[in-house]
Amino acid sequence: MSTFKDAGHLFRFAGLFVLAFLIFLVVRHYVVPKSFGQYGHYRGAAMGEIAAHPAKFSGHDTCESCHSDVADKKKAGKHAHVNCEACHGALFERLPAAEQPKPNLYERFLALVGKSLPPDPPILHHAEDPTTVKPVLPDTAVLCARCHTASAAKPKGFPQVNPEEHSNRVPCQTCHQPHSPAIDAGGAK
Amino acid sequence: MNLSRRQMLILLPAAAVAWESVLAGTPDQSPNYKMSDHWWGMLIDIPKCIGCGNCVRACRTENDVPEGFYRTWVERYHVSDEDMTQPEVISPNGGENGFPVAQEDSKKYFFVPKMCNHCADSPCTQVCPVGATFIAPDGVVLVDQKYCLGCAYCVQACPYGCRYIHPQKETADKCTLCYHRITQGLTTACCEACPTGARQLVDLKNPKDPIHEFLKTHAVQVLKPQMATGSKAFYNGLDGSVR
Repeated sequence: MSTFKDAGHLFRFAGLFVLAFLIFLVVRHYVVPKSFGQYGHYRGAAMGEIAAHPAKFSGHDTCESCHSDVADKKKAGKHAHVNCEACHGALFERLPAAEQPKPNLYERFLALVGKSLPPDPPILHHAEDPTTVKPVLPDTAVLCARCHTASAAKPKGFPQVNPEEHSNRVPCQTCHQPHSPAIDAGGAK
Repeated sequence: MNLSRRQMLILLPAAAVAWESVLAGTPDQSPNYKMSDHWWGMLIDIPKCIGCGNCVRACRTENDVPEGFYRTWVERYHVSDEDMTQPEVISPNGGENGFPVAQEDSKKYFFVPKMCNHCADSPCTQVCPVGATFIAPDGVVLVDQKYCLGCAYCVQACPYGCRYIHPQKETADKCTLCYHRITQGLTTACCEACPTGARQLVDLKNPKDPIHEFLKTHAVQVLKPQMATGSKAFYNGLDGSVR
């Protein structure tokens, strides 16, 4: 009588394990995103998705490509190193959301488990369409005071004033031209 | 529904093929940008910071940061010379609307802008159980919003308090160092909006970047150096009382 007389059921059981392992490999192949492990233990495609976020600030180079007169004036003054959008803000407008392409199954799954938000509405920059996206003139009373109100916490060399004492609330641009704020630089009228 | 073994064996590969189409298609990164050519960081020049809050507002605008959460914020320190281990720190709304006027007294005041330090050995990426947060090959610490489960381990792990759970997405969220901007050759929104140049984006792999000369000639410190996080937010003129 052989020792392995009843080994048949062991082979069947082993076969079941092999089958389960193959199924695992197949499922894993399709469930793990393709770019996972491309650079490390994460989804490489995530970087492209993060990089696809629309930029709101255009950068001073963009502004200066049209407004070279202001740029030249600013370069000569004390605000030479203050970028345009530091005061004017990011000049863009949100557009009504365009019709989105139909979400694929993966995206629908994410939506089902509450993991996705509708994508940001597209935006239009002042630089792309200067007539539609109009800048608002900044309020110098707020804007200048934000940086130049005297406070013991500010660096000693930074020009600071007490707005009440300095001008009795007369608007700043009466004397100072924000693009070149020194009074002897032609700010006073 | 009764499936025979044979039907099941036919259906399984079909289901697998369906998954393939599900997972296809993700946007490519911007062209002309080579990740291996950069190693990004930030220089924060404390003696230049005036606490105007421009960086905080710019970051909110640029990155749609939800109200009440901050990817960057500004703190104001108030330190006496007797006890510099007990500084009085305020950051009303992250400094978004500026700070109350400080009256001259015997103590010293200064502002400290804070943000993600984009650590080279970041504790936050090490604790992620699913590989949703990672250090990109260009040194930026990012979160994969589609992969994140929102377990908040990373929020606890960050020694600098730079992460939060996004209230709508319910995933970890943080400073991306304006990844969408720096990959296009622009600087970050906070650097663009800073009126005094207190913040400067630096590329440590660019030999022409002035950061190399700056680091050589200035007393530069990182936050919590004892934690060996490999922080790449370099602070010039950092006071010993800053935590």
